[in-house]
Amino acid sequence: MKPTAPTPGVWRALGLAALLLASATAHAAPTNRVYVSSEKDHQVLVFDTQGERVGSIAVCQRPRHMMFNPGRSQLYVSCGDSNQLGVVDLAQGRMTRTVTLGDSPEIFDLSPDGKTVYVSIEDENVMAAYDMDKGGKLFEVKTGGEPEGILVMPDGKTAYVTSEVANVVHLIDLQGRKVLKNIKVGNRPRRFALAADGQELWVSNELGASVTVLSTTDQKVLATVDFKLPGMRAADITPVGLVPSADGKSVWVGLGRANHVAEVDVATRQVKRQVLVGKRAWGLTLHPDGKTLYVANGLSDDMTLVDTTSGKALRSVPVGRVPHTVLVAP
Amino acid sequence: MRAAALLLLTTLLAPTTWAANAVVNVAVVSLASDARYAPRRLERAYPGHPAGRPWAAAQLAADDAQVELDTAGVSIKLIDAVLPNAEGLPRLLAELKAARVQHIVAALPTPELRQLVAAAPAALGGALVINTSQNDDALRGAQCAPQLLHTAPSQQMATDALAQYLAARNWRKPLLLQGPSADDVLLAEAMNRSFKRYGLKPVASKPFKLSGDPRERDLANPRLLTNDREHEVVAVLDSDGEFARTLPYATQWPRPVVGSSGLMALAWHPQWERNGGPQLSRRFMRLAQRPMTGHDWAAWMAVKAVATVLADNPRAPIATQLQRLRGGAIALDGFKGPRLSFRPWDGQLRQPLFLSHVDGVVGTAPLDGVLHPTEVLDTLGVDQKESTCRAQP
Repeated sequence: MKPTAPTPGVWRALGLAALLLASATAHAAPTNRVYVSSEKDHQVLVFDTQGERVGSIAVCQRPRHMMFNPGRSQLYVSCGDSNQLGVVDLAQGRMTRTVTLGDSPEIFDLSPDGKTVYVSIEDENVMAAYDMDKGGKLFEVKTGGEPEGILVMPDGKTAYVTSEVANVVHLIDLQGRKVLKNIKVGNRPRRFALAADGQELWVSNELGASVTVLSTTDQKVLATVDFKLPGMRAADITPVGLVPSADGKSVWVGLGRANHVAEVDVATRQVKRQVLVGKRAWGLTLHPDGKTLYVANGLSDDMTLVDTTSGKALRSVPVGRVPHTVLVAP
Repeated sequence: MRAAALLLLTTLLAPTTWAANAVVNVAVVSLASDARYAPRRLERAYPGHPAGRPWAAAQLAADDAQVELDTAGVSIKLIDAVLPNAEGLPRLLAELKAARVQHIVAALPTPELRQLVAAAPAALGGALVINTSQNDDALRGAQCAPQLLHTAPSQQMATDALAQYLAARNWRKPLLLQGPSADDVLLAEAMNRSFKRYGLKPVASKPFKLSGDPRERDLANPRLLTNDREHEVVAVLDSDGEFARTLPYATQWPRPVVGSSGLMALAWHPQWERNGGPQLSRRFMRLAQRPMTGHDWAAWMAVKAVATVLADNPRAPIATQLQRLRGGAIALDGFKGPRLSFRPWDGQLRQPLFLSHVDGVVGTAPLDGVLHPTEVLDTLGVDQKESTCRAQP
């Protein structure tokens, strides 16, 4: 299905100038867009930043993690069932090519130049690197069972990978192509966020109901942030997605089956606020202006928009079956 | 041939054993003549029954744990110990003692399991035995032992799961069909306790019998057994499985079948598709060339429990490990959603169960809305106040 044209109301709101601008730059990537990968629909659903559905893009089978390319003209999506990385041209609104990956790819990250994609290959227990231009695997590094979260450091020299089964974070030397260190964290580590100007790596522990804070300089565990929610069972607090705020002062964490997101203060590592969203809140993204948090709810098949100023959920919109990742193009 | 072997004691090294690692030997014990693993029996593939010995699942767990254990400076070495018969137990224990084994993953019939549990602590200088295949409630009650843990769910847990589901659907009038074996009697006791707990009233309880004898038609014919119009659901209690298999779609009235066929409460289902289920089932399939069953899950979970307590503190003595596990201090990842732990009062692993039919999972127990003051997983099975287990560590 092709993306549908904006509604007449939107055109009126944008005015004539915007209309002229839009036609003059017909090949630019659209703005005011939110993209949501929907695992069981094999589609990326397209919304505006207010949560109004504007279309959908057919992609490869079981789309999961997504990222923009450095120029933000394309969207990359990993497909867990067809073992591909789909490349979506945002101006055309369709998938234009695929890169073949290993068995059951999940999370990936890009080298700073965008030329290499590093992918956790769940069923082969490796982190594999692929050439984005030519396609084809460059190398792989063995990890613990079910590698998931992956984060390439801004200098492009090292990457961190979680192993859900081994309960460790691997520090991987991307030039030497080997594991430098295994760091024991909490139970079932899932995803990462960089905080404190890159000095801290925050790791969500899904079954540990916590976030481990690691130092990126000496790889030591600095702290563990535990989550508690009045009225919710401890066993239901299952953190997965996490995202730093625009000003770097806090990190938002999706608490999974506890159906809340938590805002954690980076400096004090204290939970500031917890906001009720949908069922099994896991994929989180902030609007670059920091005002809206988008939360993919894996069990209620919807996306909640949270106003970060008031700490209130604004609305929840249906997003197809099993939403995974949300991306915002402001 | 395993059955002909006197005592088969083979070892498998973990793929990479780091020189610096302390090695912990873990025995995976089954019985050569165990009728559950006879080839023709396995061919029947009754749901809820084992589809093979525990070895493959144990291996998978050891492989899964390797990186985590390396980080803690310890390795697990599995020993495949197939007991020739009950008389071979002293010799097996002597061999395990020589191999410095204190961790035993046991998929044994109940009598052999009880003998092993009784003899192991003295023979091995302290032992931890994890039962992966027996669901008898007595093993968690009057016959419990401080050194015995269970990753296999109990019968009472399974019947509670079913009763919760029936109550949640408001299918309140079951017809009970009960088999002739001693196990079926125990199953019926558990089912009736669960029915009472969730306010379900059986309209009738009838014995069934596998028979072609026309004089026994009323015991053997599914239509005659189910021609009472009042019931809403047929609960068949058949620990063997042959009769239960014939029942769905063969009843007089259009009524769903639950219990030992139709809708069942299982520890694992290869089509469970959340919480990493597909990844685990796929890894098992690759290794064992067959779908993963609840028995396999329990064996995998048992080795994983050993690995988790070792990763927590590799140097702790066996008594401390047992205390940490049985005290519920160690949280385990069972790929079923919540973190799991052992119940201090009877050594049972608390866990969700899958309400499943042949094709897939229709729900998980505890059902949404079932409440418990402290731990909702304890709505399945025997809770602390009801427990008759007195032998605690």
